[in-house]
Amino acid sequence: MRKKEQKIVITFRTTAEAIAMETQCQKEGIPGRLIPVPRQISSGCGLSWAMPTDWDGNIGQWMEARGLHWDKFGEYLI
Amino acid sequence: MIYLDNAATSCRKPEEVIQAVTDAMRSFGNSGRGAHGASLDASRLIFDTRRLIAELFHAGDPSRVAFTANSTASLNMAIQGLFKPGDHVITTMMEHNSVLRPLYRMEEQGAELTILPADLKGRIRCEDIEKSVKQNTKAVVCTHASNLTGNINDLELIGNICKRNGLLLVVDASQTAGVFDIDMEKTGIHVLCFTGHKGLLGPQGTGGICVREGVSIRPYMVGGSGVKSYLKTQPEEMPEVLEAGTLNGHGIAGLHAALLYLKETGIETIRERELLLMRRFYEGVTDIPGVKVYGDFSEKALLFRAPVVALNIGDYDSGEVADELACSYGIYTRAGATVLLLCIRLLGQWSRGPCVFPCPIIIRKKRLTKPFVL
Repeated sequence: MRKKEQKIVITFRTTAEAIAMETQCQKEGIPGRLIPVPRQISSGCGLSWAMPTDWDGNIGQWMEARGLHWDKFGEYLI
Repeated sequence: MIYLDNAATSCRKPEEVIQAVTDAMRSFGNSGRGAHGASLDASRLIFDTRRLIAELFHAGDPSRVAFTANSTASLNMAIQGLFKPGDHVITTMMEHNSVLRPLYRMEEQGAELTILPADLKGRIRCEDIEKSVKQNTKAVVCTHASNLTGNINDLELIGNICKRNGLLLVVDASQTAGVFDIDMEKTGIHVLCFTGHKGLLGPQGTGGICVREGVSIRPYMVGGSGVKSYLKTQPEEMPEVLEAGTLNGHGIAGLHAALLYLKETGIETIRERELLLMRRFYEGVTDIPGVKVYGDFSEKALLFRAPVVALNIGDYDSGEVADELACSYGIYTRAGATVLLLCIRLLGQWSRGPCVFPCPIIIRKKRLTKPFVL
């Protein structure tokens, strides 16, 4: 198993929202990837966006500015 | 084979559509049901298809596009999910059974229905809509174009009437999607139902429903969504609220390729070509003794109508004519009821229906002088 790391995890209400996030992140070179929703978070669709905690920026603001929706987000050891 | 039954389904699909379906069948997992590569590949492509559809119909947020099996499924979803007993709904004689039957069912359950008449050329008068509005009128449900007569409804005008009277506008775009511009925002369409296998040139078993922001449809089908699986109820968010069960990912991959093909070719180019073929066909048959053509072929309508020519020959049964065309000439067309029974009755052809000749759709830029079919 991989060593657990602290990550920002963002969940979504729908798969469409998750894919929209991935599409935009890839377009703008935002680090991270889609992963299954960690068990600590019990909501949203089955996909979540996991990204490094040291990303230089406010991901919430970044998403809001692009009309991207999320369900929850926080930092988790995953 | 000379295939002239494109109003039922487009037979010749672009090669890239066939390839996309094959590729998807070799690689796709279940979209929205996992975070592994195969599932994500399906989810990504389905999302991009939503984006292309939203762009094509000016539907706004791609999440407002839900995939279904066809227009019938979408129309059932809209009609059964928007109306309740006591609501009054206005529709027209031009409608296909995929509109009328769900409405008749709602009528049985207590909804009120007004079916607007058409004239002898199968045209409705938009002003009749306004005259039919009552206090309990909730919506207008209408087709964009008739697959029998080819007559087109003025959606902008109908949209304005709906706006003035606070009504929902539900449109059946089965015959026009992929050939005519449809702008949900400009025309004020609240719900647009489309199928993927006709003018959009995708595989059968694909279709969808675009629902404008702020409009909520009660799902008639609930089940697996890959989202909020611990809840007892269907998630309320679009598009999952209308997408219970595994999506037709393989078919949607084909639809995706078809949408790219349409974008590259340009629906205007396709429309011009189809209308040209239709006019040529119409001019070729209209003066033949005994041939009776149905629908509006006035000079104005000839410039802007769905490329369909419906006709009868003398007193021959249309089925007999279609059979003779198929067996002796390899010309495949549609005869009989064509599921537009009210319209056929209006045209005085209740017992036999006409033969319908929708013009071919597939063209490639390099083949403009030599169509794919014909």
